[in-house]
Amino acid sequence: MADDRKTEASAEDENATVRTSRRNFLKFSASGAAAAAVASWIPGQIASAREAEPVTDDALPGQGERRIKLIVNGQEHTLNVPVNAVLLDVLRDRLNLTGTKKGCDLGQCGACTLLVNDVAINSCLSLAVQHEGEKITTLEGLARDGELHPVQQAFLEEDAYQCGYCTPGQIMSAVALLNDPNLPKDDASVREAMSGNICRCAAYKNILAAVQSARSRMGGLA
Amino acid sequence: MRTFDYARAETTGQAVSSADNSAFLAGGTNLLDLVKIDIMRPDTVVDINRLPLKTIERMPDGRLKIGALVSNTTLAHDPIVRSDYAVLSEALLSGASTQLRNKATTAGNLMQRVRCPYFRDGVSACNKRDPGSGCSAIGGFNRSVHAVLGTSDKCIASHPSDMCVAMAAIGAGIVVSGPEGERTIDFLDFHLLPGDSPEQEHALKPNELITHVILDAPIRGNRSHYLKLRDRASYQFALASSGVIVATSGGVVQDARIALGGVGTKPWRASRAEQSLRGKAPTQANFEEAARIAFEDAKAYKHNAFKIPLGQQAIVRSLTTVIA
Ligand SMILES: Cc1cc2nc3c(=O)[nH]c(=O)nc-3n(C[C@H](O)[C@H](O)[C@H](O)COP(=O)(O)OP(=O)(O)OC[C@H]3O[C@@H](n4cnc5c(N)ncnc54)[C@H](O)[C@@H]3O)c2cc1C
Ligand code: FES
Ligand code: FES
Repeated sequence: MADDRKTEASAEDENATVRTSRRNFLKFSASGAAAAAVASWIPGQIASAREAEPVTDDALPGQGERRIKLIVNGQEHTLNVPVNAVLLDVLRDRLNLTGTKKGCDLGQCGACTLLVNDVAINSCLSLAVQHEGEKITTLEGLARDGELHPVQQAFLEEDAYQCGYCTPGQIMSAVALLNDPNLPKDDASVREAMSGNICRCAAYKNILAAVQSARSRMGGLA
Repeated sequence: MRTFDYARAETTGQAVSSADNSAFLAGGTNLLDLVKIDIMRPDTVVDINRLPLKTIERMPDGRLKIGALVSNTTLAHDPIVRSDYAVLSEALLSGASTQLRNKATTAGNLMQRVRCPYFRDGVSACNKRDPGSGCSAIGGFNRSVHAVLGTSDKCIASHPSDMCVAMAAIGAGIVVSGPEGERTIDFLDFHLLPGDSPEQEHALKPNELITHVILDAPIRGNRSHYLKLRDRASYQFALASSGVIVATSGGVVQDARIALGGVGTKPWRASRAEQSLRGKAPTQANFEEAARIAFEDAKAYKHNAFKIPLGQQAIVRSLTTVIA
């Protein structure tokens, strides 16, 4: 039951465009029958997103645009972007990396959280041109060789979501906090450090459990 | 979001010779927010993130020089700040969220604008946004982000920063660089009271760039604390906050600093309250007297009268915490 609900919700979220195979797969799975397969399928799909083809704009930048190199999940892209283009929108609309979500668009909800040079930031309050040449990591860049990142695995196992919309941001914040030597490990400190990620479904209890279980999984690292 | 020109400053000189109606882009957490909702409308955004203003250094005279682009996170976790200026570390960590603090810079935090909903909605009368149009907060809803100290009949929005409260208590100079050279502005003169011109919020001249904040040398033997009271436990602006620094010896207060947030139209230094404590024993009764004095001139509005006792309790509790 719970699984069906999640699958439907994520399919709905993805309805806007249907270009990539991952989207088509999720659309298909929304019919219900494939729900059980989702857990085992997603890792491979995510890994292939990471190995996405570089996007290169050959034309000269137009008026009000600037040519930039954006390094996302290890892949370098050369893009002409309007100077007022927001990082979040460029990732989603130009690079088709829709794992990073748009919630409030004003720095209030955390749905757009990703890592720049391994530090978590709100990508809705950044211009793409600001991050030229920096190392950007999105949700799509976490899995390795078809294996989920320990934080992703923990979210799955602890059922740390309902609709899943806040989940990419939650996961990115969790990855950053587990690698931050300045942060204490107790539950209260984790809640405080994650308070910039709002969950409309209020899955907070399981999110906390997932972060702490990922911590033990990551052993020495966290 | 509206369009603008974008320029990247590689040197301070380039930054300060920007075109008219330009805005510096540091972390962007306030600027881009306000450009998106069309409250700030710069013609040019000057990205200053590549300027070499990211270090924290102890000066030979004991003061601490903080680069304008040091992030709120880095500053909060700096070992010197944690040990010598605990009030600043605590204030920073109580502000915004982890990801916002990672982006937010020292200068951007100093320059952040008020959170008054009438300022942000783009349509209500607001003397800050549209001078002369009136203040919707005075007769409107004025509970959480409106002040009781330093208000005028033109504007009552409270200053939102936590970091600035700690800096007001510590004492600091703000080093700025402009077309006419460098100067230092005393921290307490940097933010302006609304008075008759609430649209003038700070002492910077056009195109002046903040390059550093220099904190006064720490008071010998001090203990300090920042207490922030808000509607929820985390990720919320202060209803009332109190940053205190106290040094005692021989059973009496040698030096005391009290600054307040959430209750004032600028980061609020309660100098008379501090005076009342010097040379006195650090007792509950003396703390309560200091708290009373701090709010002597307070003026409550329809929904925020509760901030007076709340602010007084914040002072008493933060002082009690440092003395314990
Ligand atoms: C949801 C949310 C919650 C928040 N909660 C809190 C809170 O609880 N407590 C708190 O204190 N703050 C809070 N903040 C505000 C946050 O602290 C500020 O947005 C941040 O400090 C601004 O820094 P920045 O580097 O991002 O500034 P920017 O957005 O880059 O710039 C802000 C302003 O400063 C100017 N500026 C930047 N650098 C310089 C310079 N070197 N010289 C001259 N001018 C300069 C810019 O032109 C702009 O006008 C919150 C913000 C958000 C979005
Ligand atoms: S979309 Fe960026 S914080 Fe909400
Ligand atoms: S799972 Fe629905 S918003 Fe968090």
